[in-house]
Amino acid sequence: MLTRLLSGDTPRSGLLTVLLLIVLVSLAFAPFLFPGTKSLETAARICIFIVLVASYDLLLGYSGIVSFAHTMFFGIGAYGTALALNATGPSYWSLIWGTATGAIIAALFALAIGLFSLRVKAIFFAMVTLAVASAFAVLVSQMSWLTGGEDGLNYKIPRELTPAFKLVKEKVFGVRINGKLLAYYLVFFASAILFLVMLRIVNSPFGRTLKAVRDNAFRAEAIGYRVVWYRTTATVLSAVMAALAGSLLAIWLRYTGPATTLSMEIMIDILLMVVIGGMGTLYGAVLGATLFILAQTYLQNLMGVAADATSAVPFVSTLVAPERWLLWLGVLFILSVYFFPSGIVGRLRSGRA
Amino acid sequence: MSDTAIKPRIEKVPVKEQFFQKLPVLLVPFLAIAGLAAIGNPASWLTLTVAGLAMGMMIFIMASGLTVVFGLMDVINFGHGAFVAVGAFVGFTVLAWLAGWTASPSVMLNLAAVLAAILAAMLVTGLLGYAFERVIVMPVYGEHLKQILVTMGGLIVAQQMIYVVWGPDELHISRPEALQGSLVIGEAAIEKYRLVAVGIGLALFLAMRHILKNTKVGLLVRAGVENGEMVEALGYRIRRLFLIVFMTGSALAGLGGVMWGLYQETITAHMGSEIMVLVFIVVIIGGLGSVEGCFIGALLVGLLANYTAFLAPKVALISTIALMVVILMWRPQGLYPVVKAK
Repeated sequence: MLTRLLSGDTPRSGLLTVLLLIVLVSLAFAPFLFPGTKSLETAARICIFIVLVASYDLLLGYSGIVSFAHTMFFGIGAYGTALALNATGPSYWSLIWGTATGAIIAALFALAIGLFSLRVKAIFFAMVTLAVASAFAVLVSQMSWLTGGEDGLNYKIPRELTPAFKLVKEKVFGVRINGKLLAYYLVFFASAILFLVMLRIVNSPFGRTLKAVRDNAFRAEAIGYRVVWYRTTATVLSAVMAALAGSLLAIWLRYTGPATTLSMEIMIDILLMVVIGGMGTLYGAVLGATLFILAQTYLQNLMGVAADATSAVPFVSTLVAPERWLLWLGVLFILSVYFFPSGIVGRLRSGRA
Repeated sequence: MSDTAIKPRIEKVPVKEQFFQKLPVLLVPFLAIAGLAAIGNPASWLTLTVAGLAMGMMIFIMASGLTVVFGLMDVINFGHGAFVAVGAFVGFTVLAWLAGWTASPSVMLNLAAVLAAILAAMLVTGLLGYAFERVIVMPVYGEHLKQILVTMGGLIVAQQMIYVVWGPDELHISRPEALQGSLVIGEAAIEKYRLVAVGIGLALFLAMRHILKNTKVGLLVRAGVENGEMVEALGYRIRRLFLIVFMTGSALAGLGGVMWGLYQETITAHMGSEIMVLVFIVVIIGGLGSVEGCFIGALLVGLLANYTAFLAPKVALISTIALMVVILMWRPQGLYPVVKAK
């Protein structure tokens, strides 16, 4: 049953299983285990980014395609939901059609970009997506009549998902059961389902073929698989998943703006999460996203301590200043591409074998 | 028999085909005329055209290194933008040191200060290019996926190091006296600095063309682009050649950074990654690896960006994407595809 749920792709490493279980349990009971607004925000962010990073891994790890337009699809999903909620009021209906429209538009965009540029080299695709994504970000911030420009959009979501709504009068285990909690579980279960769907995709015959195309496109073509078709489909699937993750973010934050969805910083974050977690395994996305976001939220405090401790040494203290945490992650990123390209998960799996 | 030396047979390309091959050159004047038709007013057209050419030249300076490196060694450096930013920061630091020279009314002192800034920037980015090639790019030759990832990582680290060294704020500096203000021709006002930028860019393009076509190094580079293994088999150390090209490309990016910084008069640590978008579009339009294509692509992008910024400001960046799409529909490998003998 469990194996079936995981599509036969079990973690295959004791330590990895333990880590994944810790993440799962912590996320499932986050509101009760770690009460407080900040930790709930962090938990929801981790859920959403697990989906986003896993969908990127579909492209980078399983198909060997580097795209820099992933935040664009993420943003299309978020803006789809946001605009629908803005236009037709805070109902579930507008939630659904907004999400669906976002996903469809993302799919069409991905199809167009894929058919246009996947025929040539991987490098070409990377450059085209970089250009298109940044043009898209500029366009969104310019069309302020529609998207609110740089300020983004604030909107209402259905009342049952807001803190004002009380499901149970009394506190349960000292936690208020309100709409925010419902919204969290909506995000959690939606993320879990999307993750399992992706696990299903990569372990299907389609996923196998993708890996074959990644490892030797020429040979796959010779065997009779249409390489361009497989690559384009992977791009479209990953774009749809990213758009759905974007919709989740839009529902959770009740705000959508360029900085939270479209910026290049987020793209780089995703890249770091995939590579550090482990390319070519979706569990890598779970660990990568969790570690990265925890680091983003809490490592900076730790570095602040280090900066204080070394404040006597002028250059070193600026190196370990909390704002410079990305520097160290960048170094870690380069090292992990060189020395363990399969990331944390690959490391754990090979350790057992 | 011995006196009949075998002559290499050079096939003459028919005139019609030659014309078709050279066709992209005509795109630039065509675009300029179309721009005149769309804008109507010759004075503003002239201003915009010079601005577009200046912008194109600066993009060309930054893009040329990237495209040659790709052509020669099949390496695309996503961290190229870091050299642009570092060059700009070094250049600005030097200009700030030489504040006495830049503020003085003497043209010679002004130009000397700019020259010093450019030389310092090129030196630093050239050395940085050496380090980048040795540490970051060399271990991943031939693996495109890793190259993209690793050079991207290099970009992140370099940008963060800029923050560490120069602090998180953007730098602001005004151009030296001699390069401020504009010339007025009829009704058109042309900024002096833009003319200087066009001059430097044109000189650089001609110099590059000369080196590539008429010198031994250029011959080796061109041969390396077409078939690197063969060049190696003939006894040339292509790795060293590549290192030189990589360093030159980085130094040119630094030069472009100083010029772009003086053009904008404000620089930030991520200016590099912002310009890289335009640089990539130009490199794709021109055809990966081609210097001529890169030059034409840069001019097209510069002109189009300025015309559309005047006519319809909101679609300025989209227009360059549209240009890229149109050109790729016409020539899927870019204007001047580099043919590899592999």
